[in-house]
Amino acid sequence: MAHGHKLEIFRGLLKFKSNTQKIWGVLIFLSLITAVEVALGIAKPRALTHSYFVGMKLINWVFIILTLVKAYYIAWDFMHLRDEKNSLRRAIVWTPIFLVAYLLFILLFEADYIYNVYKDGFIQWNF
Amino acid sequence: MDSTVTTGTAEENVWGGGNSPLGASYGKMMMWFFIVSDALTFSGFLAAYGFSRFKFIETWPIADEVFTHVPFFHGNFPMIYVAFMTFILIMSSVTMVLAVDAGHKMKKNAVIWYMFLTIIGGAIFVGSQAWEWGTFIKGDYGAVETKGGRILQFVNAETGERAAIRDFAKTIPSERAVHENKNGIWFFDEGYQPTYSFNEVMEGLKANPSILIRTEAIVQEGEHEGHKTLLNREETLKKIKDGKLVVEGANLIRNEYGSRLFADFFFFITGFHGFHVFSGVVINIIIFFNVILGTYEKRGHYEMVEKVGLYWHFVDLVWVFVFTFFYLV
Repeated sequence: MAHGHKLEIFRGLLKFKSNTQKIWGVLIFLSLITAVEVALGIAKPRALTHSYFVGMKLINWVFIILTLVKAYYIAWDFMHLRDEKNSLRRAIVWTPIFLVAYLLFILLFEADYIYNVYKDGFIQWNF
Repeated sequence: MDSTVTTGTAEENVWGGGNSPLGASYGKMMMWFFIVSDALTFSGFLAAYGFSRFKFIETWPIADEVFTHVPFFHGNFPMIYVAFMTFILIMSSVTMVLAVDAGHKMKKNAVIWYMFLTIIGGAIFVGSQAWEWGTFIKGDYGAVETKGGRILQFVNAETGERAAIRDFAKTIPSERAVHENKNGIWFFDEGYQPTYSFNEVMEGLKANPSILIRTEAIVQEGEHEGHKTLLNREETLKKIKDGKLVVEGANLIRNEYGSRLFADFFFFITGFHGFHVFSGVVINIIIFFNVILGTYEKRGHYEMVEKVGLYWHFVDLVWVFVFTFFYLV
């Protein structure tokens, strides 16, 4: 018995007795998040759709953060990255995060620039 | 017992080879590297989607108004079916982890059952996606495209609901020269023809005082912020003169929902993801039969189940992002 599964989630707040139990626990958590997302998507509370943070609606920030939380638990518990060696985990996780952040930064800024060109420029496109 | 299968040699010798610093077998590591590269491909698609969306941020279709159907039910149910599909995929991910877990414990029968449930879940998801494509391609209200390539939709002023062109278009008897191979360019097809001509829709609109036009532009401030712009009757009659074509449903060139890029990205991204799910199901089936035949029992470990499980979870992971960026945001 070299090392077993790490059975804690939420930084040790929740401890499971077996791996199977942890899987079901994570499923309940992921389903809850999805339910919250769908409820917010249908209700669209005015407090979230009419306030902005760094140029994006608050509700979209909520969606993106919840998505990343879901992605974390899928990768850590379903793909058992939690049980892999640190070096493997870092190679797998940080490489795409760095590249994707870079790509998104460039493309979204460029798109916003083009949006402004269309809006203020002398091109008629919306007719 | 190890939580992950290790097939490398136990004897490690720093300079003599045979050591595995990442603690993963060759096969598992290659699966991870494939997943990383595939994740980058999907990120590229989603980033391109974000690019187009930011470019047309004030005119992009609102997903809640597009994906409102549930099979066997009539009515307006935004997001419900997609949420169901998400749940199915997460559920099949869970049965996959349970299969991997049972594999570690060398419980052959449990692996078989969990693999079976995973395959069923994947099949339901692919089927749902096919249905969703069908509904999307068929469309339900129809719209008019302007000379500038923008979409005009119709609203019934009395009910405030969307109006379908079939409800108000006039039938005007007319003759249309049918393209025949012997008369035109022989390798050109006539292509897709909408049910109504633009003229019929325009005349119907003029005859029906309760029909108003809804443009692509999203209202940026005021009471109707976040909704599409609704023109009044006067503006409607003026705007319809810009119209050119009738659009029903969606194809790769135009769609009745709005920006042309919207349908293209929908087909491209959900299609690529659906293809991943499909291939995942096929690989799962192969491994499923291998488990039944006892291949891994003889091999002494179920690492193959773990590897195919990684791929399956990755498909689920991608869907989580597609769901957010295509349907929620």
